[in-house]
Amino acid sequence: MKHLRSIAEIGIEGVQRLLELTDTMVDINRRPNPRVPALRGKTVCNLFFEDSTRTRLSFETAAKRLSADVMTFTVGTSAVNKGESLRDTIETVAAMGIDAFVIRHGSSGVPWQVSRWTTASVINAGDGWHGHPTQALLDAYTVRQALGRTTGLDGVRVAIVGDIRHSRVARSDIEVFTALGADVTLVAPVTLLPPVPPAPATDDLDAVVEKVDVLYLLRMQRERMQEALVPSLREYSARFGLTAERARRLPEHALVMHPGPMNRGVEILVDPAELPGAVITQQVANGVAVRMAVLFELLGAGRDVPVEESA
Amino acid sequence: MRDEPERPARAPGLVLSQDDVRRAVTRMAHEILERNARDGRLDSLVLLGLQRGGVWLAERLGIEIARIEGPVPVGCLDVSMYRDDIGLRPVVPAGRTDIPVDLGGATVVLVDDVLFTGRTVRAALDAVSEYGRPRAVQLAVLVDRGHRELPIRPDFVGKNLPTSTREDVVVTEHGVEIAPVARHERASASESSGGKRPSASEGAVSRGLRGRGTQ
Repeated sequence: MKHLRSIAEIGIEGVQRLLELTDTMVDINRRPNPRVPALRGKTVCNLFFEDSTRTRLSFETAAKRLSADVMTFTVGTSAVNKGESLRDTIETVAAMGIDAFVIRHGSSGVPWQVSRWTTASVINAGDGWHGHPTQALLDAYTVRQALGRTTGLDGVRVAIVGDIRHSRVARSDIEVFTALGADVTLVAPVTLLPPVPPAPATDDLDAVVEKVDVLYLLRMQRERMQEALVPSLREYSARFGLTAERARRLPEHALVMHPGPMNRGVEILVDPAELPGAVITQQVANGVAVRMAVLFELLGAGRDVPVEESA
Repeated sequence: MRDEPERPARAPGLVLSQDDVRRAVTRMAHEILERNARDGRLDSLVLLGLQRGGVWLAERLGIEIARIEGPVPVGCLDVSMYRDDIGLRPVVPAGRTDIPVDLGGATVVLVDDVLFTGRTVRAALDAVSEYGRPRAVQLAVLVDRGHRELPIRPDFVGKNLPTSTREDVVVTEHGVEIAPVARHERASASESSGGKRPSASEGAVSRGLRGRGTQ
């Protein structure tokens, strides 16, 4: 595996391999000194053209735990503000000797473009509305772990609730959950669904809340109100928020997930600490392990693997 | 280290039978006990099988030691994150590390099926030091096939088996076999100077592609 730009690109085999590697990384993270020398001498560059403290910190921690060197480049402090083009930025940084770029950008497709300009591995840390593959992998890993599955997610009922249309998290999660065999339902107002929904869709959360194994709440972005896609936050909360009443109707084993940062009082109206099925902190913890697995696969383990069939 | 002459590859076949393996394991268990009883270290003894080939052997040694003397903690260690050839050879992921006791002050016996270049053992020494400072670390291997690239020597050996680098040593509970190295393995072996066994052979064996897993 050379790049991780989307879930589709690595396929189900790639997903399974990364989830398997994540087990190893979770073990490492449980140790008193969670650091291994695996990627000594490798340099990872975080290029964040959009603000995202948690994803950036998660990648930084992952790289450091594998003993790689990390450089972080945020737009606020960069030459981009002085008019440098994306290509010049990439080529300049690449010339310093980078083994992997971790890229967050507001435009879809940037990771593909960047991989044409450098020989380094490219990891998509979120591109526009398009995808966020490491988030999807950590979500899949968290579900697998919490439900005690060792391989796929066959028959697991996942409802993704919220702004599906503008959500790269939703898009990547739908891909990964579907690939692992889960039954995905989208719950959103019609205005917040893509023109062609990639999975069965409904606007009635109450009809699905009793029939889910995983309730995945997306962040409701306030700027959507200005675009008049939702009448008001109050109305959105009433119809699509996790209220105490809906929380009571969730099956006992059901997981509640959120990619963060949470809008308390909008998509989630109960204290997640009081929800037995909430695995939101596990998602964050697993995020580090999944990103370790991705970095290790791209920079170490997965390079030039010989074909084994001839053995 | 003395330089070993390149031997001609021999006809593939069984070099240790299942009974030979059983007898070798019993003898090694006695030797481990003898050495550590003499030094008064029996109380702090712990066996660590190296993923993946050493795990079953550590368990078998543990059973033998329990039969002869009394129970001893047995764990396993995955050293893939500590190797010095990451990126040169594929890594078979998800061998678990399970260390049942505090290694501080313990007498650790690292257990592996085949000792080859010594690079796996070097990685294991690094990995062990993350868990504590053992009083002593010893090495038990079922087969020492030569071709060391590092100053590492086993304390307990089942069988010394001079080999050619063009051969592969396949170890299971059912015996020890010599097999010719597959073409692609040889290619990556010359590039990376090999692991314990070069390249994908480890993965092939542990995934049972040769029709015998290392359970």
